[in-house]
Amino acid sequence: MGKTLFDKIWDNHLVSQVGEDTQVLYIDRHFIHEVTSPQAFAGLEKRGIPVFRPQQTVATADHNVPTRDQHLPIREELSRFQVDKLTENCEKFGVELYGLGHPYQGIVHVIGPELGITQPGMTIVCGDSHTSTHGAFGCIAFGIGTSQVEQTLATQCVLQRKPKRMRISVDGALQPGVTAKDIILYIISQLTASGGTGHFVEYAGSAIRALSMEGRMTICNMSIEMGARGGMIAPDETTFDYIKGREFAPKGADFDAAVERWSQLYTDEDATFDQEYHFRAEDIEPMITYGTNPGMGIGISQAVPEVPAGNVTFANSLKYMGLQGGQAMKGQKINHVFIGSCTNSRIEDLRAVAAFVKGKKKADHVNVMVVPGSKQVEAQAKAEGLHDILTAAGFDFREPGCSACLGMNEDKVPAGEYCVSTSNRNFEGRQGPGARTILASPLMAAATAIYGELVDVRELLNQN
Amino acid sequence: MEKFQTLHSPAVPLPIEEVDTDQIIPARFLKATTREGFGDNLFRDWRYQNDDTPKPDFVLNNPAYTGKILVAGRNFGCGSSREHAAWALYDYGFRAVVSSFFADIFRGNALNNGLLPVQVSEDFLHQIFSAIEQDPQATFTIDLEQQQFTIDATGQSTDFEIDAYKKHCLLNGQDDIDFLLSIKDKIEHYEQQRQAAAV
Repeated sequence: MGKTLFDKIWDNHLVSQVGEDTQVLYIDRHFIHEVTSPQAFAGLEKRGIPVFRPQQTVATADHNVPTRDQHLPIREELSRFQVDKLTENCEKFGVELYGLGHPYQGIVHVIGPELGITQPGMTIVCGDSHTSTHGAFGCIAFGIGTSQVEQTLATQCVLQRKPKRMRISVDGALQPGVTAKDIILYIISQLTASGGTGHFVEYAGSAIRALSMEGRMTICNMSIEMGARGGMIAPDETTFDYIKGREFAPKGADFDAAVERWSQLYTDEDATFDQEYHFRAEDIEPMITYGTNPGMGIGISQAVPEVPAGNVTFANSLKYMGLQGGQAMKGQKINHVFIGSCTNSRIEDLRAVAAFVKGKKKADHVNVMVVPGSKQVEAQAKAEGLHDILTAAGFDFREPGCSACLGMNEDKVPAGEYCVSTSNRNFEGRQGPGARTILASPLMAAATAIYGELVDVRELLNQN
Repeated sequence: MEKFQTLHSPAVPLPIEEVDTDQIIPARFLKATTREGFGDNLFRDWRYQNDDTPKPDFVLNNPAYTGKILVAGRNFGCGSSREHAAWALYDYGFRAVVSSFFADIFRGNALNNGLLPVQVSEDFLHQIFSAIEQDPQATFTIDLEQQQFTIDATGQSTDFEIDAYKKHCLLNGQDDIDFLLSIKDKIEHYEQQRQAAAV
């Protein structure tokens, strides 16, 4: 019987079997950042052991960095200490660091692909659940806790139970104004925030194939939001074209040999999955969330669902969001817009926003923050004039980092206020205590910034 | 890691579903570089007002409920991979979390820190909640060797699943990393084989 893409890569990285369920999986690339690594390095020190394969680990500072004045010392003491600790650990253990000020610094899941470090067929881990992003290249990439960061540093392996296989196919053509972000928010709204738990997802179908690499990254990025450990897409010409010429990608004859190898990475026709879902691209509207987990999403034309009888969690969620069952979301007044995060902070996202915003001004009552995913994205946005368009519209263009996606630094949304955010989680307090997050695509976020309320971007595109 | 064999304790009820790791420990408390002390900020925004005064209606602020077992609704621990969530629960004093469904990464992180995730059926979860409702000090017994969870007052019990390898680790207080270091030769052998295949 044929094999799935997932099985091909997994089996190729299997070092050893432990008992019935657990396996030792070899890790090709390990990304680390300042927040989930210090305790792992401390563990190595306690044991008196080195990093086993330091060349296979890359570090950056992203979660806990300010998005202003990155050339100055970090003002907040605990953050400064944590970022300094990363620098110290990388020096001590011989790990490459793209720290603040480095031209390659940025959100860990943005820099891996843009530097060509992420390549098809690899196993990739990082102490961050959105490591699933790298699956867009046909990798097995998943988030791990700090104990596993320590294991990877010490042995270049993790102990893992092999997940089940799920395939989600989306076929057909998207409506104008509907993007990769809407596809994944739609899928999660259909499968719920736990629908993928225990599974690794392969995304397939013509609507997925038609996406750019950056769109595919947005899809794979949010796999974890339905509980799936990771998501992946078989590599194709789009993938190879994206990788070609990037800093750490194979060059010349090596690249051609790599493409030949990578071309074998697909699911065999007779392979089977534990779970299969099919969706039609035409059914997908511009999506928004109304609740406090990413599964609570609806199309912009739809009303907030009524609270199911006796569902305390759902009722609490609507209460937190200040919304009523049955109310329309379109027209909801919004005070904050955040464009950034490992989901949507890449150059194509900024281009989409700038194309919509060009020549317009933000609504007076809205604060708009744009945080590019990396120094390279920032530089390119400036070179292409996107930065000028956005600042002319009254948007606050910042320096790279995770920023208001998780509110570890000072970029927070005030209690009780609504923020339309291109990030990945609308959990209570995620963007600051009491903050009310509405997840959406960069295009929907741009439209919200201009109109000051939730709008159906399809109607605006029709006008133009 | 501390050994886990049996646990006999009252339980703290949290009948909320989809408890994500941002609720267990908000990101702004992840700036520490050690594993200790996260218990103080466990469920911070549910537990305290903005001015740091305790919210009286939150269960951890209710002295009627104590114990080393937390009982919560389905999909406990979804969201971020932050192991700080497991550290915070452990540091606060919990040694087991019971739910009808756990998020994958949280489950793994808990097991790596001596915090036992016990998955029971939705029905059994309701029975546990009603036992606590009837008597907040009702006790429960978790027997890891037998993989059994018992409501002491009624004697009702249920089996729970655990990976054989992780069970062995918990019973003996062993870390994954000790194991992986012990098979370093296998790892190096794998690397050599792959390198040979690539040439």
